[in-house]
Amino acid sequence: MKKFLKTLIGATLAFSMAFGAVGCAAKQAAEAAGEGNGLIKVGIINNDPNESGYRTANDRDMKATFTEENGYEASFYYSLKNEDQIAAAQQFVQDEVDYLLISAAGTSGWDSVLQDAQDAGIKVILFDRTIDADESLYEASIVSDMAQEGQTAVDWLAGQNLDEYNIIHLQGVMGSSAQIGRSGALQDMADSNANWNIVKQQTAEWNAETAQQIVQSVIDSGTEFNVIYAENDDMARGAVQALDAANISHGIGGDVIIMGFDCNSWALEELLAGNWNYDGQCNPFQASYIDDIIKNGASEKVVIMEERGFEAATITQEDVDNYGI
Amino acid sequence: MSSNTVKKQTSLAGLAKSVVRKQIFIPIAALLILVLFNLIADPSFFQITLQPNSEGYNVLSGNIISIIDRASELVILAIGMTLVTSASGGQDISVGATIAIAGSVVLRVLCGSNTRPDTLQAPVIVAFIVCCLVSMLFGAFNGTLVAYFKIQPMVATLIMFTAGRSIAAWINNNELPVISDPKFAYYGNFIPGIPIPTPVFITAACLIVIALVLKFTNLRLYSQAVGINPHSSRLNGINPQMIKFITFVILGLCVAVAGFIKVSRLSTINYSVVAKDIEMDAILAVALGGNALGGGKFNMTASVIGAYVIQFLTTTLYKYDVDSAAISAYKAVVVIILVVLSAPIVREKMGEVKKKLFPAKTAKEAA
Repeated sequence: MKKFLKTLIGATLAFSMAFGAVGCAAKQAAEAAGEGNGLIKVGIINNDPNESGYRTANDRDMKATFTEENGYEASFYYSLKNEDQIAAAQQFVQDEVDYLLISAAGTSGWDSVLQDAQDAGIKVILFDRTIDADESLYEASIVSDMAQEGQTAVDWLAGQNLDEYNIIHLQGVMGSSAQIGRSGALQDMADSNANWNIVKQQTAEWNAETAQQIVQSVIDSGTEFNVIYAENDDMARGAVQALDAANISHGIGGDVIIMGFDCNSWALEELLAGNWNYDGQCNPFQASYIDDIIKNGASEKVVIMEERGFEAATITQEDVDNYGI
Repeated sequence: MSSNTVKKQTSLAGLAKSVVRKQIFIPIAALLILVLFNLIADPSFFQITLQPNSEGYNVLSGNIISIIDRASELVILAIGMTLVTSASGGQDISVGATIAIAGSVVLRVLCGSNTRPDTLQAPVIVAFIVCCLVSMLFGAFNGTLVAYFKIQPMVATLIMFTAGRSIAAWINNNELPVISDPKFAYYGNFIPGIPIPTPVFITAACLIVIALVLKFTNLRLYSQAVGINPHSSRLNGINPQMIKFITFVILGLCVAVAGFIKVSRLSTINYSVVAKDIEMDAILAVALGGNALGGGKFNMTASVIGAYVIQFLTTTLYKYDVDSAAISAYKAVVVIILVVLSAPIVREKMGEVKKKLFPAKTAKEAA
């Protein structure tokens, strides 16, 4: 047994060293190649691509845009932890990249590293998330307006002219910018209109199964409702399954209006099939905006991306292909 | 001499019996309190109706059905977690992450390389078997670290806890597969024509299997012996490392079943949120069952009831519109009360109080 263990440990060590060496060599080669070949060096700091479908699409878009064919030499770093991201930013500054693109995990703690970047002549562009730092420290920030996403959705819902709105409101993780933005518009509307009632407002933490349980508990308690406002597609999906189990019709011509956000392809297909009514876009495609800023300069500090809402009545297969993530 | 041994045995058996009785008392009492609370607050909580679902089949619905259905994964995990706790004296905190892996494997086999297949690429049974094998492999990985490398179970399983969800995503190339074939959803929802949710049957099958295993094999005896004292059990011819290893592999199998149910419920997966925090609930179920988290003796029935109590609590909290952000705080309070009540020192004190209050009755009981 002991002998076996020794061999195992030895093998593991040898393996990791070999890999480490290959990794180092590759990095050095990449650095050597980056010098004097006219490519723009960008360091991209992003959140973990597995975090959500949104992030996966975002990362894919970044990788597709910042290629050598487009004149870039890109290095990527992923972490969901703010301090790890800041350390990586420091590393990129030392590596003398030309541009630093950051989707920050947290809002604070970035001042000193951005100052260092500025001193080193590195331009910083924020995407997707904003941070608490002086505006002079970055070139531009490209963001989604979550409150506007919520407002677009609520305006659409108001346009349905129901006599009474009894809404199950499934919230995302409390305190996240998407939750605050998307909840805000609905809450304002419910507060100011007597015929808008939120019969259940609870966080399902972006989780389909939790959403399913919450909607099931509303059905079990016999409360009347005719709208499900879910702050992402997963939760809307969970809610719909609970409705199906209780034989409550939904979608076009159904008893319950289903609303989701994020525009996953499968969600848009549900719209196309008429099972859902509305899906709000949260645009993950910032790369082209960044590309434009790098090549033509920034015209404004905060760039708010164009975002649409899709409804079952008008959506086409083309929309699914173009906007699905 | 011989009469002495007989007497000792009976008194030992009597002692064991009373301990078991006491242990199972905790989760049952918790369950009764919840039932009582709901009866008083709103008796309609217990209403069960039989009505058609959207496919036109009659299905049972109601809070009680929801609880029994939703608790399935937790109950199945509690089985494995109880064994691991007993033998290794620690807990596996990676079950949530390995459920993500198990689910991801199921979808990978069923979808092949296409993430949105119109038809299944492999029979469901094949996917299930592959999922079981993979999960047992990860269980074996954890088991090896714990049993042979002698790493603290919580530290050893921290590896999979951290890496599991990324591995799950990697298995499907970071895609989120969606299965449109309604047959796959049978396992997590309803089989047409049967009004009881399928996970209930799967759970029942698991419970029967584990009951038979505990009855007809030495698993219970061995894992308890290893948990109480690995050295003396080694002297008695039991291989403690092997027993610990086996309990982790069994937990891996439980994870596979739970993961299979989870993905079948929604016909898709979200790696970062599937079975989130379920490891804590599973450990709680074991604790609620009054089992010593330091290993040794265990009571499987108590753990299983503990799991149902947790789901009962969750559903009750949903029903009473407990402020969403506060749900886990409520859970924590209830759990603190239950765990403190089950602590030996508190029970000893309560026994003393009881003795003072009813001296005659306790004396009679003792006699």
